[in-house]
Amino acid sequence: MSLQLAVDIGWGWTLALKTVLVLAVVPLAALVLGYTFLLKMMSHMQSRLGPMDPGGFHGWFQLVGDGIKFLQKEDVMPAEADRRVFALAPAVVVVSTFLVFVVLPTGPKLVVENLDVGVFYALAVSSLSVVGVLMAGWASANKFALLGALRAAAQLIAYELPLLLAVVGVVVQAGSMSLQTIVTAQQRGSIFGWHGIGFPFILTQFIGFFLFLIASQAELTQTPFDMPVAESELVAGYMVEYTGFRFLFFFIGEFGTAFAFAALAATLFLGGWSVPWVHGAAADVLGIPVLFAKLMLVAFLMFWVRFTYPRLREDQLQSLAWKFLIPIGLANILLTGIFKVAF
Amino acid sequence: MSTTDIPRVPGIEVDPRDLRHLADAQINVELDTGDMILNLGPQHPATHGTLRLVVRLDGERVIAADPVIGYMHRGYEKLTEFRTYPQITTLVNRIDWLSSFANEVPFIHAAELLMGIEAPPRAVWIRTILTELSRIATFYLFLGEMGLQLGALTPAFWGFRDREHVLNLIEAATGGRFHPNFNRIGGLKDDFPWGWAAEARTAMKAIFDGCDDFEDILIGNEIFEARTRGIGIVPAEIGAAYGMSGSNLRASGVDWDLRRDGRPYLAYPELDYKVWTHPDGDSFSRYWVRLQETRESARMVLQLLDGLPSGPIMAKVPRIIKVPEGEAWVETENPLGQMGYYVISKGATGPFRVKIRSASFSNVSILPWLLRGVYVPDVITILASLYFILGDIDR
Repeated sequence: MSLQLAVDIGWGWTLALKTVLVLAVVPLAALVLGYTFLLKMMSHMQSRLGPMDPGGFHGWFQLVGDGIKFLQKEDVMPAEADRRVFALAPAVVVVSTFLVFVVLPTGPKLVVENLDVGVFYALAVSSLSVVGVLMAGWASANKFALLGALRAAAQLIAYELPLLLAVVGVVVQAGSMSLQTIVTAQQRGSIFGWHGIGFPFILTQFIGFFLFLIASQAELTQTPFDMPVAESELVAGYMVEYTGFRFLFFFIGEFGTAFAFAALAATLFLGGWSVPWVHGAAADVLGIPVLFAKLMLVAFLMFWVRFTYPRLREDQLQSLAWKFLIPIGLANILLTGIFKVAF
Repeated sequence: MSTTDIPRVPGIEVDPRDLRHLADAQINVELDTGDMILNLGPQHPATHGTLRLVVRLDGERVIAADPVIGYMHRGYEKLTEFRTYPQITTLVNRIDWLSSFANEVPFIHAAELLMGIEAPPRAVWIRTILTELSRIATFYLFLGEMGLQLGALTPAFWGFRDREHVLNLIEAATGGRFHPNFNRIGGLKDDFPWGWAAEARTAMKAIFDGCDDFEDILIGNEIFEARTRGIGIVPAEIGAAYGMSGSNLRASGVDWDLRRDGRPYLAYPELDYKVWTHPDGDSFSRYWVRLQETRESARMVLQLLDGLPSGPIMAKVPRIIKVPEGEAWVETENPLGQMGYYVISKGATGPFRVKIRSASFSNVSILPWLLRGVYVPDVITILASLYFILGDIDR
């Protein structure tokens, strides 16, 4: 099943339309998260006055100003840099973000491509960004960047596993890897025979939900696990040599991926686009705002942690992942399996 | 007048060279991989300015660390030889720029000691209040900054926000937020402005609240404890042997505070306060001790405001200050540690020679010993917890 329009305009145009939509969504998503959380929520938490000032009302102009600033910056490339790899790295990071959006359903019919292995695909392509990070770290010819990139790679290996294990519980419950099927399973499900609000998987998979949040925090290199960037140690890690528009690419990649992961968490655990008592075409209309509201809730949790916690050390992160998260994830799968068979 | 006896830290007999094997034991020698030399600084966010650390790394483990100082050397000891005594307070203001007022006090004391002048009680009490306020201002920045260095952005902004309470008070009293230059030989430039004491009492309440906030967001946090407990342990003997002082040494369990144990100065003998120590000597205990000392200072300010004597703020001082021949050594407990001035006068309007003993210089001299065998993130933790000001290292 894929996006079906009211008027058949041919596959070529449909493909073009989808491409444009996905291309537009990622920067927009980054903008929304950057504005709401990075500028507004953080300013409130930290009593920052700067981002509340430009433009008059609540500092609405700040993000535009930041964008203009990035465009004006000189594009600096270190003399020792591996020029092609250096230029390509930000693009690789952003492309991996784009690819995640392909499988995210926003309504019964609104999905760019409903893959049978949707969850698997989403998690797989999102980790492609580490390739870009490694490229950036290597090509920058900077020791801080290299350390940051290697940390990112080590982190990926440690955290991809709990991320997948967290999702397996949901997949077992829904009986499918397709995101669309997972959403419909949550919409059609019932809590002890009561069909009122469907059956969001967070009610049974709360362990999985927390594992997913923790692991995605590491995947997104957000604060308790932001060692690859670590401003106070590695200055900015793999991004240290990037300026202007190339840096903006990393920024878009970071916040776009955060948006994608929040949407993924909302889809897997909070019922995605599904609204209680709403079916059919109305769900297509309501789906987008509902999913948006849910993902903003998840993103709020993510950013709340990001602005509150200090940073772990790389070896502490590894031991947290291997000693705690992975065993918990495995136990969760086992429990889910037992319950699935029993009931 | 000659040098008075200098109080020594108990347990100083140990020679750091005998303890080499302790440092060697920290280093992993199992895997032989190539090392990398990393330059932390002179421009690096963790070095508070221009400290440069040349670190030899094996993976992320530090094999050797070599601090390079002097990027901010301004030659204050030499400059003092060409200034008159009243002019020198302007210079010494800028040694530890976060607690400028506390820097002036020992120098002015040395000059007063040589001239045989005593400041009137009210001036002494006001000096004590301002010294404690600058201690709060310095520690507040530390309490927030430590979070920042560990990756928690929020406490840093809280630290800056709440420090304003103190800086506003200092500005209201002296006219300068950072460099008051308020001490005069024999007293102070001005009295407190009208209503200052009431403002100060309100501000101290905000300081207590802010300390509670820091305690909530950092001390109770598992990640903060995981990052600081057992990191950068300074044994008491080694700390003392390297000349560490102040909160850093008290965090290693040495109960030594010049306000109480040194030659009596300012109004400290008349105050009731506790000297906080912590037995562990790690980064966490350094944070904890400074947090408690911030509260203690705020309590001391409240006490001082209650007992503030009335009277003049200037003693009778000749118009042209000439200091009789002699030598004086005055040391005080400054926010960063023991700060001392050895002033030699040949009877002129300016000193013949001034030796400045600043706390940070000795506090960072332990770095090569302390940083061996730790990870790169711990280097940052240790640098942040030792808390130095570059101006105080390089002078």
